[in-house]
Amino acid sequence: MFYLIAALTLAGALAAMTLKHLVHAALAVTVAFGGLALFFLSLDAQFAGFAQILVYIGAVAILVVFAILLTRGSELPKDGVFSRTWFVGLPIAAGIFAVLGWAVIASSKALPSETATPAVNVHDIGVALVGRYVLPLEILALLLTAATIGAVIVALHEKERAK
Amino acid sequence: MGTPLTGYLVVAALLFSIGLAGALVRRNAIMVLIGIELMLNAANLNFIAFWRYSPHPEALTGMMFAIFSIAVAAAEAAVGLGLVISIHRHTGTTDLDKMNRMKG
Repeated sequence: MFYLIAALTLAGALAAMTLKHLVHAALAVTVAFGGLALFFLSLDAQFAGFAQILVYIGAVAILVVFAILLTRGSELPKDGVFSRTWFVGLPIAAGIFAVLGWAVIASSKALPSETATPAVNVHDIGVALVGRYVLPLEILALLLTAATIGAVIVALHEKERAK
Repeated sequence: MGTPLTGYLVVAALLFSIGLAGALVRRNAIMVLIGIELMLNAANLNFIAFWRYSPHPEALTGMMFAIFSIAVAAAEAAVGLGLVISIHRHTGTTDLDKMNRMKG
């Protein structure tokens, strides 16, 4: 089960980063987000899993498709989809993965390995949100409001052209 | 491989690297934003996996971090795509290789 979800997620991410058509890439990244939601559900984090489905598959994927269509990104670029400096970016990413993988493997003996299913339901999460985590919640509400207003202002501002 | 946590951490590292490679290599600004989203999601997977296998999951720390991170990522996506649309309207392109001026 784990390997199935991992293969789905990584294949989606890899396809999203390599496909030429941006709309296809957006669909592939939606598959990757869905795989991550399945990961969260299989890790007994139901609330985070459903939040992932709602926010990413429901909102971010739609937003990305709208942005692609609004910027005429569905047309293929003439000079390739990869940047001129791709030969710098790939070794950096491979090096980062090497360091991360080495760190994980080297410390795998010290990692926690509790097997008991955590007994946490949505009620506990709600109580924690308005109790211990109420200040981050308020700050996040402010951030989301500011981000929404800012995004609308930035995207709607019609620049008057000189000509 | 030790604990099942190792598998999740390796998958998250791989996902992070794919996102980073995409953000560094792709030409289109929207694809760079998607790469950044993938990196954020890899971090979320780490938070949830550590929360699941931690000795005290009832403290909800990793879970809360992941939930707040999802909300911040949504705000980031909204602002980022708004900026891309604004830049496209201003310059007529979303090709990052052609965006070499900060002054329009």
